[in-house]
Amino acid sequence: MISINTAVIDLKRLELMAGGNSPIHALDARAKVLVTFVFIVAVVSYGRYELARLIPFCIFPAVIIALADLPALFLARKIALICPFIAMIGFFNPVFDQTELFRLGHVVITGGWISLVSLIIRSLLTVGAAFILIGTTGFAALCQALERLGIPQLFTVQLLFLYRYIFVLADETCRASRARELRSCDKKGLGVVSFSSLVGHLLLRTWQQAVRIHSAMLARGFVGQFHARRQSRFGVAEFCFVLGWSSLFMTLRLFDISGMIGKMVTGIFP
Amino acid sequence: MSHHIVEVIHLQHIYPDGTIAIRDVSFRITHGESVAIIGANGAGKSTLLQHLNGCLEATSGQVRIGDTLLSKGTLPDIRRTVGMVFQNPDDQLFMPTVFDDVAFGPLNLGLVGTEVEKRVMDALIQVGAAHLRAKPPYHLSGGEKKRVAIATVLAMTPDILVLDEPVSGLDPFARRQIMTILQEFNHTKIFTTHDLNMVLELCQRTIILHEGEIMADGPTGDIFQNDVLLAACHLEKPFALQLCPACTGAAGAIKP
Ligand SMILES: Nc1ncnc2c1ncn2[C@@H]1O[C@H](COP(=O)(O)OP(=O)(O)OP(=O)(O)O)[C@@H](O)[C@H]1O
Ligand SMILES: [Mg+2]
Repeated sequence: MISINTAVIDLKRLELMAGGNSPIHALDARAKVLVTFVFIVAVVSYGRYELARLIPFCIFPAVIIALADLPALFLARKIALICPFIAMIGFFNPVFDQTELFRLGHVVITGGWISLVSLIIRSLLTVGAAFILIGTTGFAALCQALERLGIPQLFTVQLLFLYRYIFVLADETCRASRARELRSCDKKGLGVVSFSSLVGHLLLRTWQQAVRIHSAMLARGFVGQFHARRQSRFGVAEFCFVLGWSSLFMTLRLFDISGMIGKMVTGIFP
Repeated sequence: MSHHIVEVIHLQHIYPDGTIAIRDVSFRITHGESVAIIGANGAGKSTLLQHLNGCLEATSGQVRIGDTLLSKGTLPDIRRTVGMVFQNPDDQLFMPTVFDDVAFGPLNLGLVGTEVEKRVMDALIQVGAAHLRAKPPYHLSGGEKKRVAIATVLAMTPDILVLDEPVSGLDPFARRQIMTILQEFNHTKIFTTHDLNMVLELCQRTIILHEGEIMADGPTGDIFQNDVLLAACHLEKPFALQLCPACTGAAGAIKP
């Protein structure tokens, strides 16, 4: 249960970062959503054996983290946490895909290994971009931006409630499992029986808590609309931000920049 | 100012599991009154309060705020008028920071920019929690949460203030602070509490609730003199009204 707790605390920390005061934080959320979207599409659209051409995309997270003054190490650690899951998904690639791509000395590098590594890099890039988006925008502003970009309100409000519900659920889980641990006196808490009743209990409790929070929101004039504290509009800065990054991603996607640089270097030093 | 009248007429609430929390309650609270609702644990105080802004729907009976009958259509208006502080502050605080949380209400009222900021800071200063504004609510102590929860409602400048146990779990200084806020709020206020000394200080009128029914409704002074009634409702006379043992014969027995 500790792990759930830390995961949620991390999520909360990410949310707190969104309160920062950098130029990136000040941008209209819609601009950041659009750029992140283009970034993810560009990264995901590469072929399965692509490696070299993905590397230049690291520049986006690196620049934003630097400009927005986000804790890079913390983010890196959080993003690294997903590596095992990705590896699990791509686990069988090297087994099934035995096509020989090239040799390093006597070692045969098969397509399977390359596609596994490519998958990991692409996942790290996309998840990193999503984290950075939340860390510089905040979830409420993010949902508001989605709404202003034309996603139906019904959907965005659901998303927000789901997000809040995660916190409620995690809090209640921690409380309940602590209560159980403290009273089970090292006997593993009476095993499955008490555990299953704990889970049932939890669902009811979180449900009730969520209802109470909802009524507290209604009591404070909530009518299905979230208002972000930051008032922003889509100005020149936003326009340049979107145009600049998108054209960079397009260029990287359409032309083999890293290949060209490679050729240039090998051309100079034959 | 008929707007600040709270009227409850033959209210009954039965929870889905069959518990009858409120049997038949009627009262009328007029503008500027300060009323305490007291009673034992489980008497139905929280349930009653939650009807005043429509958080719970009555099984039967009516609630009137000013001239408007509480119903689905009038709910948004009524919620603007009645500010409600819940018993458990965890139910009330849900935004990433204290500031955001207090700003939630004013933003919903349609305020923007500096006006919101001013309201939030005013409310936080009033409850002595301005230094907590950048903290996330889940990292606060119980009493701090309580103060912020009160600030979230004050920031909406309601006409009627309803508080469920506003001073439970507060230290003496914070309790005094909240009592001062309540004293300065000169519109209608209704609160429940187990702190009878506070009732004595703040309220001219007291309603005793017992097992979902009103046992007494009248001037605070009279009610606290009725020992039989208090005992029947699991209550105790406040210290301020108890005779000082040192001045009565009881003290004589202790003296050497
Ligand atoms: N959601 C619920 N479902 C069923 N019964 C409930 C529910 N909430 C409260 N009750 C019951 O309704 C009665 C009144 O509860 P209420 O919370 O109003 O008491 P209270 O006077 O506020 O007590 P306290 O002083 O402990 O806060 C209690 O008997 C309680 O068990
Ligand atoms: Mg209660």
